[in-house]
Amino acid sequence: MTYITKPQLHHPKLAANSLGYTRRDYEGSVSTLCAGCGHDSISAAIIQACYELELPPHRIAKLSGIGCSSKTPDYFLGNSHGFNTVHGRMPSVLTGANLANRDLIYLGVSGDGDSASIGLGQFAHSIRRGVNMLYIVENNGVYGLTKGQFSATSDKGSKSKKGVVNHDAGIDLVMLALQMGATFVARSFSGDKAQLVPLIKAALAHKGAAFIDCISPCVQFNNHVGSTKSYDYVREHNEAVNRLDVVVPRDEIQVDYAPGTTVPVTQHDGSILQLHKLAQHYDPSDRVGALAYLQARQALGEIVTGLLFIDPEARDLHENLDTVDVPLNSLNEAELVPSLDVLAKLNASLR
Amino acid sequence: MRENGVGEREWFVQRTSTEGPDYFHKVVDCQWACPAHTPVPEYIRLIAEGRYSDAYMVNWKSNVFPGILGRTCDRPCEPACRRGRVEDEPVAICRLKRVAADNKDDITGRLPPPASASNGKRIALIGAGPASLTVARDLAPLGYELVLYDGDAKAGGMIRSQIPRFRLPESVIDEEVGYITGLGMEMRLGSYVDSLKSVLDEGYDAVFVGSGAPRGRDLDLPGRREVAGHIHIGIDWLASVSFGHIEKIGRRVIVLGGGNTAMDCCRTSRRLGGEDVKVIVRSGFEEMKASPWEKEDAIHEDIPILNFLVPKAFTHEDGRLTGVTFEKVEPRFDERGRRSLVPTGEPDQHFECDDVLIAVGQENAFPWMERDIGLTFDDASGMPQVDPVTFQSTHPRVFFGGDAAFGPKNIIWAVAQGHDAAISIDKFCKGQDLADRPPPGFSMASQKMGIHEWSYDNDIANDLRYRVPLRDKAVALKDVKVEVELGFDLEMAYREAQRCLNCDIQTVFSEPACIECDACADICPVDCITFTENGDEDDLRGRLNAPALNTEQAILVSGDLKTGRVMVKDEDVCLHCGLCAERCPTGAWDMQKFLLDMTHAGGTCR
Repeated sequence: MTYITKPQLHHPKLAANSLGYTRRDYEGSVSTLCAGCGHDSISAAIIQACYELELPPHRIAKLSGIGCSSKTPDYFLGNSHGFNTVHGRMPSVLTGANLANRDLIYLGVSGDGDSASIGLGQFAHSIRRGVNMLYIVENNGVYGLTKGQFSATSDKGSKSKKGVVNHDAGIDLVMLALQMGATFVARSFSGDKAQLVPLIKAALAHKGAAFIDCISPCVQFNNHVGSTKSYDYVREHNEAVNRLDVVVPRDEIQVDYAPGTTVPVTQHDGSILQLHKLAQHYDPSDRVGALAYLQARQALGEIVTGLLFIDPEARDLHENLDTVDVPLNSLNEAELVPSLDVLAKLNASLR
Repeated sequence: MRENGVGEREWFVQRTSTEGPDYFHKVVDCQWACPAHTPVPEYIRLIAEGRYSDAYMVNWKSNVFPGILGRTCDRPCEPACRRGRVEDEPVAICRLKRVAADNKDDITGRLPPPASASNGKRIALIGAGPASLTVARDLAPLGYELVLYDGDAKAGGMIRSQIPRFRLPESVIDEEVGYITGLGMEMRLGSYVDSLKSVLDEGYDAVFVGSGAPRGRDLDLPGRREVAGHIHIGIDWLASVSFGHIEKIGRRVIVLGGGNTAMDCCRTSRRLGGEDVKVIVRSGFEEMKASPWEKEDAIHEDIPILNFLVPKAFTHEDGRLTGVTFEKVEPRFDERGRRSLVPTGEPDQHFECDDVLIAVGQENAFPWMERDIGLTFDDASGMPQVDPVTFQSTHPRVFFGGDAAFGPKNIIWAVAQGHDAAISIDKFCKGQDLADRPPPGFSMASQKMGIHEWSYDNDIANDLRYRVPLRDKAVALKDVKVEVELGFDLEMAYREAQRCLNCDIQTVFSEPACIECDACADICPVDCITFTENGDEDDLRGRLNAPALNTEQAILVSGDLKTGRVMVKDEDVCLHCGLCAERCPTGAWDMQKFLLDMTHAGGTCR
């Protein structure tokens, strides 16, 4: 743990975005996680993405459950709304918040224990309902806070720090999210910000349930030989299917990619995702194909990363439920308390 | 050079060599900029700890005159200070030095004792200013028999004669000059040397000339001779004031010149009865040679500075000075960017005054050196030929230092040159090769005390620069001997000391330990760490998280890491907060204190 606060002094050339905020303005308190924790890199990527997207910090709500990962919202977006829920219950609280105020940008932060064990059901239902959010799992495959037991995402056959082999099958949250109908699914690695930052930007711009499984090595308990979530293992087995550039509507669009290698995908908000193909035949608009590809590569011990599935025409929970267009807190008395006439008409319609 | 995989060869930056003292010394900008290479952050930390005597001795070893320099130094360290690049103003290094001097205990027991026995070598030191005194400080403890000559009755040279008492009390001069003369030497004060040959004829093993630049330039304009009694040469006039020969000046005074001497002249005039004192300068305000803070001090004492006015004539009536006429000029730049001052054609301006002080520069003067004793002079400049490294002249027994060697500079340069000349004299007397000059010694020591604990205070203070409190103007202007700056009190000194970024606590990187987790790059408050593909230096500098555009500052480039990338750290604005090392899980970063041990005569440690 670091005892001093991060110095306020910054690089003299640190640029401000159109809101007048520098990247440093999107930071939170100094991390109390172990030095070298992958989660801190994810926090830095979220900070970078929000700064680049020029999001107003007070329009973002960050919600989390319990665990190392769920501590991290304290370490970024210090000027945003935050809710640290009970273990595994972040998806429900986020769903409720989203229903109450559909105008905020929702960022759910969770871990492999919080989402794949105690909160597995919550995770599945928030995804299948199409809650408009970015749900990010900081996946280290281990219970770090309780000293290194296998978590539900630990791969079968991987070894713990003490040399014990995991005999249980691991849950692949990416495949689960695909099956549950997530409309934006990606996997990334905390040690590759060049890949991670654009994915977070694209997911934040996505309207619908966006899910990112981010492998995040636990330096303390899961970074040894035999682990499948160590820095070295992930770097050796990382198979990125594509690279992403996010072009927000206000940016000038410059396309100078060789034809056939890049696919532009336009999202609801007008943002354009330039997908540079790395795996020749991988098609991120094909949910069934994605599932098959992931399973085939997983059998070979590869970790597939990149934007794995996207449905740019996705609908979200509010559309499905045909809810009121504005946040509930903006409804006035006239809208909330219908007149006697309205009641009479309603009663008449039911007679 | 290495293969890029397709048979082409490309240039890549090699792993930065941090062997030897220079790489990390350069990171300590203040120390690198100081001619005497004073370990600035080291003594500032000692001040913060309240160890004033220790801080004083660190200074004394390097720059010999901490109390004097803490009030008068031209402070090349401060424009170099890294704090000035991440915030508005540098650390008040100079005035912190004064804090050490003002608050130390009796340090006489920590000075080197006079040599117990003579080594049989006799050295003459001509001029008892900062250069000669530094040579004396370095050589006396080694057993040299020193003879110090000066035309004035007390030692100190320009420190005593030219710097006004309201900036530097005489007691401080007496104390610090006394530490040196107390080391044991023969003093021949009040005896002006008028022949170098006669000194050499006395059989000295070596002669050091530290006679300064004692002649103030004059302005031979119409009227100069007619009213000579009211037109004074700045440095001579300041000396007369210092020695009590002059106690008054007219009510209206014009000071000609824009250097620090001019600032001393105008401020002294204000204290001797000058009510309407003006500084009038040929150049623009920005180009004036005076240090910015000295200009500020003059303006604070209600002295206007008028620019772009070239003096044409001294006007007089019935043998009485009435004023000075000036031609109005403006700057004009030629295609090579050189500036010239051309008349604007406006009518001349006349300013009335009772006295004029001319402070338009100083010159060396060596009328006392015979030209046929083997000493070669440069025809153009009239200066003796002096080796810039050894300070030896063409006469093997004669060495130069301070303003006498390369023209007017300031005290800290005289000290630095004195140290180097002392090494040469010592080697010369021992029959050693003068050109063989060992590099300074240095040490690197890890500051790690625990997992997240360091032996230095790595928390960065946000305070802005503190102003040194001044004596009330009405009181200060009444007496030329009343010191105008009160100095920092201990609380302010502590707070100012905390602004220091501890640039001598170096970030040392070790590739084999790095797992490329990005923790250091993520936490760095000034974005100075990047993991990226190697390339040539320009390309690499441009691709960093924060481009390293200040090419005067080094980048620290690692060897290849496991992923084939390199770690690049831009030294430019690093806060030395140690967070990279705190957040590093494998100890690939360490914070190590760089301590330089300058080579002085007779070895490095004394």
